[in-house]
Amino acid sequence: MSPEPLLAVSGLVKSFGGLVVLDGVNFHVMPGEILGLVGPNGSGKTTCINVITGLYKPQAGSITYRGRAVGGLPSHRLVHLGINRTFQVPKPFLPLTVRQNVEVAAAYGRPDDLAVDIDALLASVGLDGHAGKPAAALNSIQQKMLDLARALATGPRLLCVDELAAGLNPAELDGVAQKLRDLARGGMGLLVVEHLMGFIDQVTDRVIVLNAGREIFEGVLAEAVRDRQVVDVFLGTDHDD
Amino acid sequence: MRSALVTVAVVVAAAALLPLAYANQLLLFNFVVFLTLAQGVNIIYGFTGYLPFGYVGFFGAGAYGFSLAVMHLHLAPLPALACAAAAAVLLGLLLTPLLRLSGAYFAIANLAASQAMLQIVSNPNLTDITKGPYGVSLSGVFSPNLSYGVAVAILAATLAVMVFLRHSRFGLALQAIREDPVTAGMAGIDVVRGRTVAWLLSALVAGSIGGVFAWYVSVFYPETVFSPEFSIFAIVFALFGGIATITGPILGVLILYGIYNAIGISAPQYFQLIYGMLIMGLVLFLPNGIVSLFKRWGFDVP
Repeated sequence: MSPEPLLAVSGLVKSFGGLVVLDGVNFHVMPGEILGLVGPNGSGKTTCINVITGLYKPQAGSITYRGRAVGGLPSHRLVHLGINRTFQVPKPFLPLTVRQNVEVAAAYGRPDDLAVDIDALLASVGLDGHAGKPAAALNSIQQKMLDLARALATGPRLLCVDELAAGLNPAELDGVAQKLRDLARGGMGLLVVEHLMGFIDQVTDRVIVLNAGREIFEGVLAEAVRDRQVVDVFLGTDHDD
Repeated sequence: MRSALVTVAVVVAAAALLPLAYANQLLLFNFVVFLTLAQGVNIIYGFTGYLPFGYVGFFGAGAYGFSLAVMHLHLAPLPALACAAAAAVLLGLLLTPLLRLSGAYFAIANLAASQAMLQIVSNPNLTDITKGPYGVSLSGVFSPNLSYGVAVAILAATLAVMVFLRHSRFGLALQAIREDPVTAGMAGIDVVRGRTVAWLLSALVAGSIGGVFAWYVSVFYPETVFSPEFSIFAIVFALFGGIATITGPILGVLILYGIYNAIGISAPQYFQLIYGMLIMGLVLFLPNGIVSLFKRWGFDVP
């Protein structure tokens, strides 16, 4: 008897006009697991997160979260159920202070009324000392960390991380990797989209490789790089062995 | 919070007491109307980013809601004011699909909606109901002192709503929606509901003061209460002073409507010149309104 997955995606389809971006994607995330979602540009990784977090409605297929069908629910409902995400290009509430950015998510995003220690949360993403500044005063890396704090303030069980590592220096990368591993150790399931393979290797338990809206590989990264189809997709078919 | 309440108390006390010292009550009444309308614009534009170019539609709906209740239901002025508020909120509900539009598209659609309201109300075929283009006369309920007092009460209530929005989670949520609806959704905020509540709240404000306007002047034409000037003045006053603050729209009304009354009628050419230059200067150098100047100098403005 296997434990129930936190998130199960099955046959997910999403197209924009004639362009099919997700063409029947299947995968699942277990509680406490970090699943990497990799693939070339345009393979549907971000769209996948956008559908899971309610920005787009799926056209076919199912999204099951903790045994419940959640496909097509609006974002704020999904947040209340415990699904959240970070954005590839975060758009914080610029004139509000860093603290207010997190406060509003803690006030509106939690299903429980547990008080959130905002100072501790800001400190955990390295934003202590910035709480009183407007979010507009943060640089883009700090805005990414604020976006992570905003997501964490809602107490998610499933966190989708969209290219959080891009643009970070090696020390920051290690810090973020450690942070994500800590979250997973606490029972959170994570879906991580990333182009930096070193980072993927460092944090993920398992990866799904997407190409043209379909998953072409599922397993650990070390095996993925030996998979003929994966290598073809990333490097082209005309390479010499 | 305290400085906000002090500001509100000073403005409301001044509005309530000035008629005892100054004879031109109509002028003071107009100030109260614009102070209220500018805050109504502030609710919807300052907190959610929708620019209501047809804001006068709610004002006119309130004026006619009041008039119809008095003429046909023979209600006393205060219950008729409830009808005024209800008429504006109903119009707001009817127009909620406009909130799907954004930016200039919303502004233009809202302007068109308010003009459509004018055409409906002034339709000669509806003369039996609305008096059509011939205008409304409510001399039976005319009571300048009482209606002035009620107008001040509505201003006070509107300012109280603003204090709430400035200092509550809900106001924070509305500002989050204004900044980025997608991120606001991922902060757990129900974006559609937040926008709708702000929209209806701003309709309630304009409808209530529109109802009192009908009561105070008692005789008016459809063009009077659906004049686009109300929308434009209220928006310009709010922007000039600084939106999403309480003090900003108050300062905007006192300065700009003050100039308008000082020279707008006696020397309209200079008035328009000064107005135009003030607004250009503001857009170029202080796009966040006069209050941003005080903030730049280090004062915390409520």
